[in-house]
Amino acid sequence: MSNLRIIPRLDIKGPNLIKGIRLEGLRVIGDPQEHAIRYYEAGADELIYMDIVASLYGRNNLSDIISRAAKNVFIPITVGGGIRSVDDARHILRSGADKVAINTAAIARPELISEVARRFGSQAMVLSIEAKQVADGKWEAYADNGRERTGLDVLEWVRRGVELGAGEILLTAVDREGTRSGFDIDLVRAVSAAVPVPVIASGGMGSLEHFKAAALDGSADAIAMADVLHYKRMSIGDIRAAALAAGLPVRKV
Amino acid sequence: MSQPSVTIVDYGMCNLLNVARAFEYCGAQVTVTEDPGTVRTAGRLVVPGVGAFSDSMKEVTNRGFGNEIKAFAQTGRPMFGICVGMQMLFDASEEFGEHEGLGILPGRVKPVPSIAQNGRSQRVPHIGWNHLVEPELGRDWHGTLLEPMLGSQPAVYFVHSFSAEPAQSTDRLADCVYGDHRICAAVQRDNLMASQFHPERSGEIGLAMIRQFLSL
Repeated sequence: MSNLRIIPRLDIKGPNLIKGIRLEGLRVIGDPQEHAIRYYEAGADELIYMDIVASLYGRNNLSDIISRAAKNVFIPITVGGGIRSVDDARHILRSGADKVAINTAAIARPELISEVARRFGSQAMVLSIEAKQVADGKWEAYADNGRERTGLDVLEWVRRGVELGAGEILLTAVDREGTRSGFDIDLVRAVSAAVPVPVIASGGMGSLEHFKAAALDGSADAIAMADVLHYKRMSIGDIRAAALAAGLPVRKV
Repeated sequence: MSQPSVTIVDYGMCNLLNVARAFEYCGAQVTVTEDPGTVRTAGRLVVPGVGAFSDSMKEVTNRGFGNEIKAFAQTGRPMFGICVGMQMLFDASEEFGEHEGLGILPGRVKPVPSIAQNGRSQRVPHIGWNHLVEPELGRDWHGTLLEPMLGSQPAVYFVHSFSAEPAQSTDRLADCVYGDHRICAAVQRDNLMASQFHPERSGEIGLAMIRQFLSL
């Protein structure tokens, strides 16, 4: 098994790091750069940046924030929100990102996944999924940061996305996001089993038990978290130590 | 002390900015070049790479970099291949058919095993942090790229579906273990160094390796 990754997720609105609950009710946390450097120095394995209003306005505004981060942060950076074309992806990658995460535009035009994967490699093409449960064992993919229904079944959509060239899945459970009530383990497990590529579980981390459950019961390859880190409820060091104590394959720093 | 100069080969296939930024951060004076004519006179050469082997080799060859990189390898000056830049140093790759490499080091590029030793399937690409260990036959890291990591098993960042299998075991500098399979993570033969992992994305440990490369 590859080492389990601990990934701080930075949701951005304008110049600010923000945090919402179920992707709504946003509160300003502070300066994204300060937080990025703090997480890098604390031993984060990667960072995820999401421009959470970008798909509404049709463009991603993160390139300045990313180029600043890239000068001081030497771990992989994934950037999502409002990326609609190969040119958008190129712009974000040139700013210093290693991967782009695409949701809304890939739902509108799935061939974009292949275009980005062919041009920059599958490893740079992360399919972002915003999932809401609709029945037992059934989830629907949402667009526009959890605002718009699409009618797509999550499991069918991730399989198709990987066939088209997605190299990784960022899986956000919208109903859990910002609630600290734990990951949607059934969702994580179902998606992990559906595709051969790594799955990043996102949405709901509130305790170390949640982290362990996502890895052990959900088979997540990476775990994204925001609230617990932004509000300093726990540190990356605490999480890493607890994971090591539980025998989980996080890297030793 | 003068600033060490580094030339990074730009053959149009990948995003070199993060590689350039990391070397600059470590104190190098960096030139990113699309001109093969500048390779031979470089103080130190870096061959980065991301993506598919055959596309990368095609670009390297078509843009006239192939022979220049081979010639540079003979100068004795330090050279660093990263990821696909490591793979291209070898004879050939099996990615999407059979493709010839630069043949600077003997060996072949093969798929990362998708079945672990215990028979379970495992994720490919191999993405994430993994610890470096000495090769099976041992290797002294003194005086090598990995000297700063002596006595430890540093974790570094990998993202790849294929990896080089050196024909000469003495070229092997470090392995990582994935699903109980050993994967060649780094090679070094005299001035030729290469890593399958990304030192520019491996945090402070990766930066320490880059500084070590700049000091050799």
